[in-house]
Amino acid sequence: MTRISLTVDGASVSDDVEPRMLLVQYLRERLGKTGTVIGCDTSNCGACTVHLDGTSVKSCNVLAVQADGAEVTTIEGLAQNGELHPVQAAFRECHGLQCGFCTPGMIMQSVDLLNTNPKPSEEEIRLGLEGNLCRCTGYHNIVKAVQHASGQGATA
Amino acid sequence: MIPAAFDYVAPTSVEDALAALAQYGDDAKIIAGGQSLLPVLRMRLNAPEWIIDLGRIESLRGIRDDGDAIVIGAMTPHAVVGSDPLVAEHAALIAKAVEHLADAQVRHRGTFGGALAHADPAGDLGAPALALGAEFVIAGSGGTRTVAADDFFVDLFETAIGEDEILTEVRIPKRTGWGATYEKFVRVAHQWPIVAVAATVRVDGGTIAEARIGLTNMGSTPLRARAVEDALVGQPATADGVRAAAEHATDGTNPPSDLNGDADYRRHLATVLTRRAVLAAAGA
Repeated sequence: MTRISLTVDGASVSDDVEPRMLLVQYLRERLGKTGTVIGCDTSNCGACTVHLDGTSVKSCNVLAVQADGAEVTTIEGLAQNGELHPVQAAFRECHGLQCGFCTPGMIMQSVDLLNTNPKPSEEEIRLGLEGNLCRCTGYHNIVKAVQHASGQGATA
Repeated sequence: MIPAAFDYVAPTSVEDALAALAQYGDDAKIIAGGQSLLPVLRMRLNAPEWIIDLGRIESLRGIRDDGDAIVIGAMTPHAVVGSDPLVAEHAALIAKAVEHLADAQVRHRGTFGGALAHADPAGDLGAPALALGAEFVIAGSGGTRTVAADDFFVDLFETAIGEDEILTEVRIPKRTGWGATYEKFVRVAHQWPIVAVAATVRVDGGTIAEARIGLTNMGSTPLRARAVEDALVGQPATADGVRAAAEHATDGTNPPSDLNGDADYRRHLATVLTRRAVLAAAGA
């Protein structure tokens, strides 16, 4: 067991974990943060995307011990004071989801994209989200949602 | 999918990492960003008893100007390399190759040195390293040695790094006056290239004076296309001048056949992409 201490969605947490425990397992099984989902379990689909020290990572492809000392933000930490994050609100407004399983990862990656590129073109949005798969193939409205969140374009 | 159990150590200096490597030897595996290793562990294709994490060694991160070269710390994430002004100015080929390497999440976590040490022949960094004549700085218990890119890639997933050694940094010579580009062909977003070509070319008065070409996924290692390089010298930097030389792109290659395409398809791609890359690098 290895002792880890980190901040998750603003709260300090500390636990003994097996070194082989994945960050996504830690979030879901120890902290109960099941908003972050496991999709492909092979680091392809991006459904498990969270922010690690301010940038997006696939939490199924990070060990919990590697996050020792880090600040983690999950989909559950985006809303502030009961108000949806603008990207969450845009996904709802533009119906940027069908079954909704990819949505937590799509939103976390979209927030990361807008952090570095506040006004992305459609092509930049599609490239920025290339590590996130939607098996419903609902990409058009996802792109519209990101455009909407960035203050560009109409709703769906 | 959960990896088999292992013990974990996260040294904070290269010396401590080397000591851990000496102590655990064959039972240990080094993790850098883990974007290639963790899938391997989760599929249980490998089950080391110890994982030595280089992620806490600050001296392995960062990019610096060293006169005639820029030096990229082995643990520098791809995203940092891809947005670094020194890389943009002196090694634009690296920036180009990193830009579409995997996806944004992997580029945040995956590292420059980790990807090169992993030595996947389909990886995006090997061919540019060959084309630029990169030098690999490797630390061991007896000190540090430098290995030329041409001697670094030994076989499939195998490099010149010894089992008791660690890649610490990569030196990229500044090639002032050279043009360069990376032409990559993929069918699915964020996947490995089916074939890619890294080209660096120096044009003098409309004639190609020097060229260095690296090939991705055309054999068990990244490859230099030396026959193309030789054939390009003295040719006009035009489509007609480059076409015949690019036909040599398949010389000495042994491309794989897999679900993405058979070997013949890859040979065709290598020829076409070499022509495009050389022309783009020559500014033609």
